[in-house]
Amino acid sequence: MSLQVVTANRLDDGLAVFMTADDGWSTDIRDAVCAKDAQQAEALMARADTQKQQVTVVGPYLIDVAQEDGVLVPTKYREVLRTLGPSVRTDLGYQAG
Amino acid sequence: MYRYDDFDRQLVAERTAQFRDQVARRISGELTEDQFKPLRLMNGVYLQLHAYMLRVAVPYGTLNGEQMRKLGYIARTYDKGYGHFTTRQNIQYNWPKLNEIPDALADLATVEMHAIQTSGNCIRNTTTDQYAGAAADEIEDPRPYCELIRQWSTFHPEFTYLPRKFKIAVTGSPNDRAAVRVHDIGLRMHKNAAGETGFEVTIGGGLGRTPFVGKTVRDFIGKNDLFSYLEAILRVYNRFGRRDNKYKARFKILVHEVGIDDIRQQVEEEWAKIKDGSLRVSDDEIAQYIAQFAPPAFEELQDNDPEFERRKQAHPDFAAWVRSNVIAHKQPGYAIANISLKPIGGIPGDATAAQMELVGDLADQYSFGDVRVTHEQNLVLPHVKKADLFSLWAELNGAQLATANLGFVTDIIACPGLDYCALATARSIPLSQRISERFGDLERQYDIGELKIKISGCINACGHHHVGHIGILGLDKRGKEFYQITLGGDASQDAAIGKIAGAGFSEAEVVDAIEALITRYIDIRTVGERFIDTYRRVGMDPFKEVLYGDR
Repeated sequence: MSLQVVTANRLDDGLAVFMTADDGWSTDIRDAVCAKDAQQAEALMARADTQKQQVTVVGPYLIDVAQEDGVLVPTKYREVLRTLGPSVRTDLGYQAG
Repeated sequence: MYRYDDFDRQLVAERTAQFRDQVARRISGELTEDQFKPLRLMNGVYLQLHAYMLRVAVPYGTLNGEQMRKLGYIARTYDKGYGHFTTRQNIQYNWPKLNEIPDALADLATVEMHAIQTSGNCIRNTTTDQYAGAAADEIEDPRPYCELIRQWSTFHPEFTYLPRKFKIAVTGSPNDRAAVRVHDIGLRMHKNAAGETGFEVTIGGGLGRTPFVGKTVRDFIGKNDLFSYLEAILRVYNRFGRRDNKYKARFKILVHEVGIDDIRQQVEEEWAKIKDGSLRVSDDEIAQYIAQFAPPAFEELQDNDPEFERRKQAHPDFAAWVRSNVIAHKQPGYAIANISLKPIGGIPGDATAAQMELVGDLADQYSFGDVRVTHEQNLVLPHVKKADLFSLWAELNGAQLATANLGFVTDIIACPGLDYCALATARSIPLSQRISERFGDLERQYDIGELKIKISGCINACGHHHVGHIGILGLDKRGKEFYQITLGGDASQDAAIGKIAGAGFSEAEVVDAIEALITRYIDIRTVGERFIDTYRRVGMDPFKEVLYGDR
C-alpha cells in the first residue's frame, strides 16, 4: 500500500490542509503525519473525522503520497495541484510562497 | 433595465441575513457540514480544490455600470483581484473566505445583486441572448419574459427541492445565441399563423454526461399563457423526475425515458387545470415589464459615420476589431461592441478587478450604462454609437480588452477544470491557452473563419464540449490527463451533439491533433464554408483519417 496522509479544506477560509501528528492541520504537506498501512490510515481518519474536527475542517479524506528526496508528495496530479495552487496562476496559492 | 421593487429588496436582504446567521452557526459548530452544505449551496457557495467559490447571479446576463464596478470591488476586496465569467452568464470568485462571504453578499445587495439560483436543485438563473434589445435580427426583447420567469421561479415553494437543477433559456431571435435547445426548457420566440408573438417550447435538452438536444413539446404558447405552461412542465418533472439516482435525475432523462409524446400529454393535462388561474399574465402586466426594458434614448443618426470609416482606414487594428467584434444594431448609427475575454494565451472568461471597473465605466460612458455577459464567456456593450467606437476601442485596447477574435478559433469556451474545480478530471485552461497561442495570428484566424472550440475538464460538460464544432473533453487515464475530441457539435438554432472522433490524445498530442483537423478542413472546404459546414458535408471520415491514419 502507498503511504497516505489525511487532507481536508479548512472551514473558515477553505484552504487545503494536511493533518499533523498532534491532530492539528498544516497548510504544508511536509508537516503531515503519514500512515504506512491500512490500519494506520484508518486510525488517522478516525482522528480526522470527529465532531470536534468539524469546527476546524471540512471533508477529510486520505490521499496517496510518496517520499521524494525525503519530502512527501501526492501521487495524484489533482492532489499535487492542491499543494501548489492553480497551474495557470503560479502567482497564487501555496506555490506563490 | 429592471429595477428592484421593495419586495425584491426585502427578499435579498432577508436571505443575506439568514445566510450570515447560518455561517456563524457553522463556524461555531452548531451546524455540521452535512447540515450546512445544502444551505451554502442555496447561496452559491461551493468548496473547490483550493478554497471556497462564490457564484454570483447575473440574471439573464444583464448588468448596469454600477453593478459591474461592484463585481470588480468584490474581486478586489474579498478575492485575489479577479473573477471568472461562466457559461451560465454568471461570475465566480475563486478564493473567498467563508466568514467574509456574508459581507460580500451584503455588498452585492447594495446594487441589487445576489447569489440566489446559482446552485442547488432549483430553477437556476435564466439565461438569454446577450444582444437582447439591441440585435437587428430580434423579434422582440426577451428580457421582460426572463424577468417574469425570475420572479415566478425565485424561491418558488413548490420547486425548491426538485430532483435536480433546472435550467431555462430564452431567445427572442431566430438566430439562437443562447443555446436554448440544450436547456431543460428552451423558449424560442416566433410568430404564429395569426401573427401573434409567442414561444416554441423545447424540453429535455442538456449537456453533461448524457447530452440531448431538446424536443418540441409545444410549437406555440402565447405570452399570457407562458407561466402557467412553465408551471405545468415543472410539475410534471417534480412529480415524475427520478430521485433515486443523481445521474438520472435531470429532466432530459425523464423526457428521454418516457418519450416526448407522453410527457406532452402529461403537461397538457396539468396545464388544462391551471391555465386560467393566477399564473395567467395579462397584457397590462406584460406591458409593465416591457416598459422596464424600454430602449434607451437613442439619438436619430445616419447609419454611416464618416469619421468611423476614416478611423478604420487609418488604424488596421481597429478595423480588425470592428470586423470581428462589432455587430449590427437595430438602431441606425449604433453598434453592438463585444469585449473579448479571450486574450491570446489568456484564461478564458477571467477579468481583473480593474478590467471590470473599467468596463462598468465604459458602459456608463458609451452604452447607456448597459453591459452584458455572454454564455461564451465574453462581455458586451450593447448600445454604442458608431461614432464612439474608436474611442471605446482605444480604452479597451489599453486594458488588454480589445482582442479581435470573437467567434474565431481562439474564442474558446473553457471551464475552470482541474486548476480549480473539485469535480474535474483534467485541466481545461492550459489546453485552451496552448490552442490560443498556436492559432494566435489574426490573419490565420480570419482565414480559418468561424470555429467554436469548447473544452470541458470532466463529463459534466460545463465547457459545453458537446456543442463545440470541435469539442474537447478532458479525462483521467491511469493518473494522466488525456483528451477526447468530438466533432460536429453546434449550440445554435441548428443544435447538434458532437460525435466522438475516436481514441483520446495525451496532453502533449492534443494541440497537434486540433491543428491537423483544421488543416484538413482548409484543404477540403469549399468557398464560404465554415468548419461546421464542411463537417456536415463530408462527415467524420476525412477528419478521422488525419487524426488516426490507419489506426
